[in-house]
Amino acid sequence: MATLTPTLTVKQPKSRHGGGGDIPHYPGGGGGGGRGDEFPDYGERLRRCRLGLAVGIAPIVMLFVAFSSAYLVRQGLASWDLRTNSYINDWAPLRLPTLLLVINTCFLLLSSITMEFARRQASRLAVIAPVTAMPGIADDETSGFPWLGVTVALGIGFLAGQVLAWRQMEMSGFFMSSNPSSSFFYLLTGAHALHLLGGVIALTYAGITVWMKRPPEARHIVVDVTAWYWHFMALLWLYIFALLEIAR
Amino acid sequence: MTQSQGPAGAAQAAVHGHAPSGFIRKYVFSLDHKVIGIQYYFLALTAVCVGMILSLAMRLHMVWPEASIPFFGVLKPEQYLTLMTMHGTIMVFFVLTTAPQSGFGNYFLPIQIGAPDMAFPTLNMLSFWTTFLSFAVMIAAFFVAGGAPLSGWTNYPTLSAIPMAGPGEGLGEDLWLISIALFCVASMMGALNFITTTLDLRAKGMTLMRMPLTCWSWFITAILGLLAFGVLLAGGILLLMDRNLGTSFFVPGGLMVSGVPVQHSGGSPLLWQHLFWFFGHPEVYIAILPGMGVASQLLSTFSRKPIFGYRAMVYAMMSIGILGFMVWGHHMFMSGMSPYSAFAFSFMTMAIGVPSAIKTFNWLGTMWKGKIRFTPPMLFAIGFVSLFVSGGLSGPFLAQPAIDIPLHDTYFVVAHFHLIMGVAAIFGIFAATYYWFPKMYGRMMNDALGKIHFVITFIGAYCIFMPMHYLGMAGNPRRYSQFTEVKYLAPLIPIHKFITYAAIITVTAQLIFLFNLFWSMKKGKKAEQNPWEATTLEWTTATPPPHDNFGGVTPVVYHGPYEYSVPGAAKDYIMQTDPAPVPAH
Amino acid sequence: MGLALLLIIWLITFLSSYFFVAHAWWPHAISASAPYIDHQWHLTFIAMGVVFIAAQVALGLVVFRYRDRGDSARASYSHGNNKLELTWTVLTAILFLGLNAIGSPIWAAERFQPADQGAMKVEVTGLQFAWYFRYPGADGKFGNTRPELEDASLGGLSALGVDPADPASKDDVVSGVLVLPVNREVDLTLRAQDVIHSFFVPAMRFKQDAVPGLMIHMHFRPEQTGDYEIACAELCGLGHYKMHGIMRVVSEPDFEKWLAEREADKQ
Ligand code: HEA
Ligand code: HEA
Ligand code: CUA
Ligand SMILES: [Cu+2]
Repeated sequence: MATLTPTLTVKQPKSRHGGGGDIPHYPGGGGGGGRGDEFPDYGERLRRCRLGLAVGIAPIVMLFVAFSSAYLVRQGLASWDLRTNSYINDWAPLRLPTLLLVINTCFLLLSSITMEFARRQASRLAVIAPVTAMPGIADDETSGFPWLGVTVALGIGFLAGQVLAWRQMEMSGFFMSSNPSSSFFYLLTGAHALHLLGGVIALTYAGITVWMKRPPEARHIVVDVTAWYWHFMALLWLYIFALLEIAR
Repeated sequence: MTQSQGPAGAAQAAVHGHAPSGFIRKYVFSLDHKVIGIQYYFLALTAVCVGMILSLAMRLHMVWPEASIPFFGVLKPEQYLTLMTMHGTIMVFFVLTTAPQSGFGNYFLPIQIGAPDMAFPTLNMLSFWTTFLSFAVMIAAFFVAGGAPLSGWTNYPTLSAIPMAGPGEGLGEDLWLISIALFCVASMMGALNFITTTLDLRAKGMTLMRMPLTCWSWFITAILGLLAFGVLLAGGILLLMDRNLGTSFFVPGGLMVSGVPVQHSGGSPLLWQHLFWFFGHPEVYIAILPGMGVASQLLSTFSRKPIFGYRAMVYAMMSIGILGFMVWGHHMFMSGMSPYSAFAFSFMTMAIGVPSAIKTFNWLGTMWKGKIRFTPPMLFAIGFVSLFVSGGLSGPFLAQPAIDIPLHDTYFVVAHFHLIMGVAAIFGIFAATYYWFPKMYGRMMNDALGKIHFVITFIGAYCIFMPMHYLGMAGNPRRYSQFTEVKYLAPLIPIHKFITYAAIITVTAQLIFLFNLFWSMKKGKKAEQNPWEATTLEWTTATPPPHDNFGGVTPVVYHGPYEYSVPGAAKDYIMQTDPAPVPAH
Repeated sequence: MGLALLLIIWLITFLSSYFFVAHAWWPHAISASAPYIDHQWHLTFIAMGVVFIAAQVALGLVVFRYRDRGDSARASYSHGNNKLELTWTVLTAILFLGLNAIGSPIWAAERFQPADQGAMKVEVTGLQFAWYFRYPGADGKFGNTRPELEDASLGGLSALGVDPADPASKDDVVSGVLVLPVNREVDLTLRAQDVIHSFFVPAMRFKQDAVPGLMIHMHFRPEQTGDYEIACAELCGLGHYKMHGIMRVVSEPDFEKWLAEREADKQ
């Protein structure tokens, strides 16, 4: 809780409602984790969504902390086996498809970089939005290098790579149930892949909003928040990879 | 959402931004935290009714195993365990985690901190409907082949991991796990929303240390939920994998269940217990903290006196929250866990008594030299204190491993957690209901009925759960469907009979509450804006509050929440929004 | 209402406390360690009892004494008192942690030390829904068990799947009743073949889960002869409520006699 104390200072919230008239309101629930539809003020919403993400990362961390501790406990565990009348530890070290995983890692890290470009690009668009929105000034939103697309592509590349990795594991005889070590391999990589998939979907959604006439501010928030989430996913993967490599 | 409003709606919209129109948008998939709060409340109410009926069936079966129970028929032992499991699960998750936090928290946290809504309305809606789905799945477990699981709400493997281990351990168990997983996700979404709202949406002048203690309790509870549910989710996933994907996290090798060899090896049942209780203990504080917040708020309001030691209260809740994560092992003293770690867990657990003691003393200190008004909400707040003490004091017995040896998994434990959770926390809900009902529905609940309901429930609860301590000392184990087999239990059956009678009366008395609730919605006498002469923000706005809570104005807060009986002030209370000066303290 | 509350709270407090002491709830204790556990219980009971009564009586008094009398006088305006806060924080801390400190050695004696030399070995096995007790016989060694040989319906050795091929199992004796010599330390080995059970002997103030995947060593010493009931204290399925057994404590000679007979009717 101590970490929260910095926020003790009172904020002067910029008028949200009431003044609601002058700022356009975006109808529709606003998917992708549902942002404060009630409060059109854009800077306000950006800050809030970032905070929300920061908070939202905590349970994900806890999930993987729990998995990791289970991993380490199960690895060191000797349990009484009634067939052999002895304590056995059946943990068999994994033979990881390391090369492939390294390649996937590169994909993910690269995507993290392009993600950052996409984020900057989106915020730039958001800033100049009022100008481009003026009649007569060309709206070149969709032009510029498609960083978003590249990121999504790389992300999907990573996921495909992971699927390959699973195939390879099965090839070398490590199935979900063959050994606790392989169970954990599928569990950790699978859980991470699912979370990343969420990011991919969010980005795709952000991409689509270009064609839906959603103002760039709205999209910027999705992209920005997803970007931080994406970086976190990259870190998380590095951690998982390290865990699997070091504590086998 | 914005377009197509009746003239009235349009007028309203002009003031408070866009009020949704259309039944679906307004009442079903509403983004309004108030509507969502009420949805949560009624989900919990449904759940508690189911839970109560189950408990009655259990009580009847325990003392008359052969009798045919209305709606249930003659119960088989396994059916009893099924009811018990669902009773515990429903009560803990869908009542005590749902009503006080998600229900009242949703409705009143934003209003009390002067926000127009939760930080993420859509997420809010999502978390409610996920909870709803989770409840539906849980109930569905009753109706699948083999019925609901019988492995208790703690769901220990290997009983819960091996389908042959008992009826209900098939599809029913899977549904139970899926339901719990959904519930975890929903709770984490909810917690995220609560925390962001508290940190980011406070009105001008509403510093953290000026928040009502209710908001503090919801905030801290949210943090506990945020960190605890992820771990339960992890455990649930692992158990689902053991059951359906042939992994061996929890099941060791060479087991034979009802003559069938089990195809697992190397796992450990204790691993589940650690994961479960790492969640489970914070969970029990998730259940009680909002109740503490409500009690503090009400005791101060109806004693017309500032809360005794506001900061101490806040720090006490914080330390309860932090310590709550370090004590899970006290559920595992007899589990075969290292006896040395029992030392650490025992020490931490005893330490938790200290902040709890601080709160108790401060509640008494708040009423001391007060001017107590015995309204129904106040009565339940007082009842909360009494029950919290009674239930809490059995904690330090169980917390000492040496004493826990004879008491573990006996009715002494059942007595402990029913008094403190089964009734104290529930009293928190009752108090909150009687207190906030006028604001939510614009009408008062009937006073006389409220008082009758309190007296019967208060006495009844003690009659049900106090004798369970004696049963526990006499060595009566938990989770026994009847007491006819074990000889030394036979003499205890009269006590069980007494408990059953008490339960019948107490449960019946709840009809008074339900009647009062629904009757008052339609027929209760109109409530003015601030019927209790309370100081917090929800009483500064219309009744019931408009769509954006404050009808277009942003409230500004000038001082703390409990300025009662300020010397020289015009009235005996000063609203938080009232610029009037208060003595420094 | 204030008066009513006072009476209700005080009455509940009185009756609850009265019934705690009115009847000897605890089963008659017969183990060597029971007196220590009971003593710690009583210590805690007195401390918590005092607090319980004090807190409830105070609550009753306060709500009555400071009820709204409808006069114009206002409640006193006070935001608390840090000195008081500190006092009771320290007091409760001392009380709780003191109790904890006093109780710890008992637990240590129970669980840290191994059974002393020459303790009698008994293996306790829980399975749905019965307790089986195995004596190692003259060689002091338990024979191996093989799951595929388990057949609960046959009872005895075959219920545990004891492997006849293993020489160590030749003189093993399996019984449904836990027969023990009085005043002799017993070295228990707890195991389970299907799900978690809990070996609970109220008269011995003894309880320990029997967990699949663990061989748990415990020790106790019965000090009075007689029959005492064993219950299962961990939910283990539909028969949990009837999974009980008898612990029969007999004199040393009677025990030897009994064991010899069992050895005999094995051949
Ligand atoms: C609302 C829920 C709630 C709360 C708040 C608590 C609070 C506490 N609980 Fe409880 N507990 C449960 C719900 C709760 N518990 C449940 C559901 C179970 C059973 C789970 C299962 O197995 O199914 C359980 C089981 C349980 C066990 C395991 C028992 C066993 O299985 O063998 C233990 C052991 O240490 C324990 C201890 C405590 C302690 C020390 C507190 C402390 O926080 C209590 C602190 C409060 C007080 C001490 C009283 C008030 C203070 C004063 C009056 C001041 C003066 C006091 C003194 C100076 C002494 N609890
Ligand atoms: C909140 C938690 C809660 C509540 C309220 C209750 C209420 C009751 N419980 Fe339960 N119980 C548990 C939680 C709870 N229980 C748990 C966790 C277990 C363990 C399960 C296991 O071992 O796995 C258990 C087990 C349990 C047992 C032990 C079973 C066994 O070990 O064999 C028994 C036996 O008598 C019992 C009885 C009762 C009775 C008679 C009631 C009540 O009927 C008493 C009367 C009811 C009330 C006074 C509450 C009324 C509330 C309202 C009317 C609405 C409030 C408003 C809203 C929610 C919106 N319960
Ligand atoms: Cu065996 Cu309960
Ligand atoms: Cu606990």
